[in-house]
Amino acid sequence: MTALALDRVSVSLGGAVVLDALSYEVEAGEWVALIGPNGAGKTTALRAVAGLVPYGGRLRVFEHDAGAIARKALARQVALVPQVPLIPGDITVREYVLLGRTPHLGYFGTEGRADQRAADGAIEQLDLVPFSHRRLDTLSGGERQRATLARALAQDASLLLLDEPTAALDMGRQQQVLEIVDRLRGSRGLTVVSTMHDLTLAGQYADRLLLLDGGRLVAAGGADEVLTRPLITEHYGAEVEVVDAPGSGFVVVPVRRPR
Amino acid sequence: MRRGEGRIWLPLAFVFLAAAMLTGVLVGPVHLGAVNVVHATFAHVFGLHSPLSGANDAILWELRLPRVILGALVGGTLAAAGASYQGVFRNPLADPYLLGAAAGAGLGATVVVAYAPGSGLTGDLLPVSAFIGAAVAVVLAYALGRSAGAAAGPAALVLAGVTIASFLTALETFVQQQHVDTVQEVYSWLLGRLATTGWREVGIVLPYAVVAWVIILMHRRLLDVLAVGDEEAASLGVNVARVRLFVVVAATIATAAAVAVAGLIAFVGIIVPHTIRLLVGGSYRLLLPLSVIVGAGFLVFADVIARTVLAPQELPIGVVTAFFGAPFFAVVLRTTRRTA
Repeated sequence: MTALALDRVSVSLGGAVVLDALSYEVEAGEWVALIGPNGAGKTTALRAVAGLVPYGGRLRVFEHDAGAIARKALARQVALVPQVPLIPGDITVREYVLLGRTPHLGYFGTEGRADQRAADGAIEQLDLVPFSHRRLDTLSGGERQRATLARALAQDASLLLLDEPTAALDMGRQQQVLEIVDRLRGSRGLTVVSTMHDLTLAGQYADRLLLLDGGRLVAAGGADEVLTRPLITEHYGAEVEVVDAPGSGFVVVPVRRPR
Repeated sequence: MRRGEGRIWLPLAFVFLAAAMLTGVLVGPVHLGAVNVVHATFAHVFGLHSPLSGANDAILWELRLPRVILGALVGGTLAAAGASYQGVFRNPLADPYLLGAAAGAGLGATVVVAYAPGSGLTGDLLPVSAFIGAAVAVVLAYALGRSAGAAAGPAALVLAGVTIASFLTALETFVQQQHVDTVQEVYSWLLGRLATTGWREVGIVLPYAVVAWVIILMHRRLLDVLAVGDEEAASLGVNVARVRLFVVVAATIATAAAVAVAGLIAFVGIIVPHTIRLLVGGSYRLLLPLSVIVGAGFLVFADVIARTVLAPQELPIGVVTAFFGAPFFAVVLRTTRRTA
């Protein structure tokens, strides 16, 4: 099944075209990473899929026209983890994770047993049980990131959108979070679309990579096709070497050439 | 906060409110007695014979009880409105007057005092005019904020409120300058007071307060969702603008009604919710009901102090809420350690 189909999706913000006729299909269960330099339109693409910016073209989520689905129904299919989530410091981890149940409740509804179970399950899967009654402002950056992931998981959406899920984390925490996402993708049958700055990690975890530049899709495919020196040099304007490290995919190394 | 702890706060708050109300009806120049007071109140409610003498019964039923109930309604409304405003605007400094309700009500009151002399502070015209002033101010602020771009988030609304408030305050000052003799009367209204004439003021506030409390309390979970930001709330399927509109309208109408009968009572809308936040946590599910109950009790206690400190003279209640509320809040701020 196709989890996500973009057909010439365009977004203009303040008169500038930020996303220019992006067409692509993501199969259910896949992990697709959006890469590209700053301002390429990666985050905008995620926001369009989550229904947060008006777009032109057609966008289908699990074979339904996303534009025709009510906001709440869309939220039951698509969960977004923003790059810098706004963290209300004075509520507990469990209260925060429970907010993920919002699309499953009526306007004035409160959580029932099933919702409590879903939240507790998400807390367990992200190893947050010891933290569940701690206030969010007492957590470290990595723990907060996991709390936000747990909230998205409690949402029970099949399509998970992650905007730079590892941006604020150290090397070990980055791997930890990505491993968790990959594990959940397997156990819950999730489809993952993430933006990523770290090209090596993107190549290691995603099934396919989409390289965006200036709002346009310039390359798509496996790490071997997209993580090439000419493509990266052209679109990032960076001096790199790409090393094929057996067993761990392609490693993109920045290099400094003597002037 | 552990889950079990939440359950003790609500009963505690009710005990606080009951103690405040009992103190409110017992304290005064004439001794009534606690048992008699409770007995007589029930007698009135259920149409039975009151144990108090005619004069004492009138003191209870026509003077003290309406005043205590009015204090509870106004206090609960201001605290709940303050907590709601802090939620929808994600601004800890937001108070019920943020969108210009105070300036509008002030202008409305000033116009009556200046142009309809004689109707004065106890007349029928002043509450109506203050109510209309407050409501119009907030509608103007809301319209201006929306036209300035709702997409800009709550900041546009807050700025619009500041703009409208400054403009209306300028008008109010101008009217006062033209009628200098009225300044003292307006000033005493601005400091807030819980003077009642029987049950009239209670009747004015009660419907607005109850409807607003119900609407605000029904949005308590959605206010938690708003705390994660407009965009994330939208990605959770919430229509943020609609939630904000409902809560602001409910809070504002009730604030306008409270201001109309009690003047501008400062600080309650800020101190009460923040004290509860520090003690209980920031989730609106518990914060909002506790704000209503504790706010009600707080203002009733403040009124007891206002009546007794300089008796038989009365202090303006706004002075009491700030004079006693601010140090209390400072103590709470210092003693609550954020538990790690």
